[in-house]
Amino acid sequence: MAQPSVAANPRRGMGSRIRRFVRRYGVPYTYIAPFYILFLVFGAFPILFSFYLSFHDWDGISEAFFVGFENYAFLFTDPVFWQSMYNTLFIAVVAHVPMLLTALVLAFLVDLIKNRRLQEIVRTGYFLPAVTSSVAVAMVFSTLYGTRYGFINWILTSIGLSPIDWWGGTGFWVKPAIIILFIWRWLGWNMIIYLAGLQGIDHSLYEAAAIDGATKSQIFLRITVPLLIPVILFTLIQSTIGGITIFDEPFVLAGTSGGTGKAGLTLALNLYNEAFGYGNFGYASAFAYAITALIMIISLVNLRLFGFGRAR
Amino acid sequence: MAIGKTAREQTGKEPSATAKIPLRSIVLWALVTLGILFSAFPFYWMFVLATQTAQKVFSFPPPLWFGAEALSNYREVLEVIPFWRNFMNSAVISVTQTALVLLFSAMGGYAFAMYDFPGKRQLFVFMLATMMIPGIVQVVPWFMMMRWLGWVNDFKGLIIPGAVSAFGVFWMRQYIEGSVPHELLDAARIDGCPEFTILFRVVISLLKPALGALGIMTFMGSWNNFMQPLILLRETSRFTLPVALSLLKGDPYRGTNYAVLMAGTAMAVLPILTVFVFSAKRFMAGLTAGAIKG
Repeated sequence: MAQPSVAANPRRGMGSRIRRFVRRYGVPYTYIAPFYILFLVFGAFPILFSFYLSFHDWDGISEAFFVGFENYAFLFTDPVFWQSMYNTLFIAVVAHVPMLLTALVLAFLVDLIKNRRLQEIVRTGYFLPAVTSSVAVAMVFSTLYGTRYGFINWILTSIGLSPIDWWGGTGFWVKPAIIILFIWRWLGWNMIIYLAGLQGIDHSLYEAAAIDGATKSQIFLRITVPLLIPVILFTLIQSTIGGITIFDEPFVLAGTSGGTGKAGLTLALNLYNEAFGYGNFGYASAFAYAITALIMIISLVNLRLFGFGRAR
Repeated sequence: MAIGKTAREQTGKEPSATAKIPLRSIVLWALVTLGILFSAFPFYWMFVLATQTAQKVFSFPPPLWFGAEALSNYREVLEVIPFWRNFMNSAVISVTQTALVLLFSAMGGYAFAMYDFPGKRQLFVFMLATMMIPGIVQVVPWFMMMRWLGWVNDFKGLIIPGAVSAFGVFWMRQYIEGSVPHELLDAARIDGCPEFTILFRVVISLLKPALGALGIMTFMGSWNNFMQPLILLRETSRFTLPVALSLLKGDPYRGTNYAVLMAGTAMAVLPILTVFVFSAKRFMAGLTAGAIKG
């Protein structure tokens, strides 16, 4: 390519065009290449292979056996799948709705703290649970939830209430235990994201609204919330993925079986069991696609709700 | 960052708004204090239990102040798991992965923000779309691939697939677009700086706030990652901290000694808590900067 001496060669035009192209675009293409190369190898290929696997019966060792849509058909009739679906949606919705609302209000309150140093301390305090490993904090919560000796039951009995049988009985308290831990861990994270969004809003808008006689709650609902919508949407999509793929917390608190009556068996835990417990890799792949479809649908609904996609 | 500052300075100018109504500020303070207690108490409880004997943990009422068993619990943690080995494993994986993510995100974000090239829009949209793919779809085929490559029980299987992040590229692009002027690149070119090195010689120092926040987010994610190391790593000496901790709970021979479990947990949590407390200010500033530009 780099042979300028062969002047009459018609290839030369081609070579110099390539060289010009490389000189103009070589840097940006080189800079974005790592992402696309690694994604193709470790992202796209596994996803496509998973799709192929989802039509097969495979234990991971012997030869894969084509079964058509059987895995997908089995999903619809598998009571454990539906139970884990219910558990996951229950945990995700009951944890996220109050958590995101509280985080938004808290962000608004923390933004009112004028003393900078103090605001920093408050923000750091709220954020700490999100920094630590979910396994570690789940360990700590498993001691708070102790049935006979746990801290929460000590509080309950000392104010005259009956203690909670967290892990036994009908399994009713397994989900609340996971939900409380989840809210504790992610409340501060979402609050900080909202706060970052709030602090990016031009304060002259508030002043203008106040001059026009708007009340505090009107300002919050009519100015703050609409301007925060991109940030809220970001947390919603992140929460959808995080909520539907919740794994660490139920794994540590309830165990791989999901605890009493499988009340803590989430989709991700169920998938983990199918693949790495029972070796049903084909079925687990179909399972993973079902979870992805669910996430896509919820994310699209979120996008629609907030007016994206309609605007264009 | 500059915009974040001015916004806060503006709020600082009108303190009368809250000073007028003390009741409101009392409610505000009560709420905020309650929230902080809610966040901090489990950590306090963890440290308290970590310093008790196994019997004391199960006393009623439970211990609320520190005991004297910190050292013996620490020794017992070391008997059950090779804690410092696991700690180093976590550190090696997290630091390498974070460094690679920062490098590739700065490069990708810079290319998308500062250059025009054929297919740019499509490539960018494609990258954003990959963010919507949950990691869980990839777990089964990822593990197959690791087995096929012979990377089971090998840190490569965690570091290399995790070396790029669509979110990271997106995050850096947003920041660079808002804070790096094209004139700076032109000036560097006139000074004879080769195109390929402008990013590393000139631009990178402007990206510190965004890189700092992205670095902390990536490090946290990597340090706390549980499902993938749980599936990939097979020997106790190769485990990362979260996987090793889950072993402390499940010790089938001794039953769970909660004082030791809490000691191990505290030892795992303390370093990252310390690092975060000291970097919190910068992290928040970077996050705010990113959110404003984004």
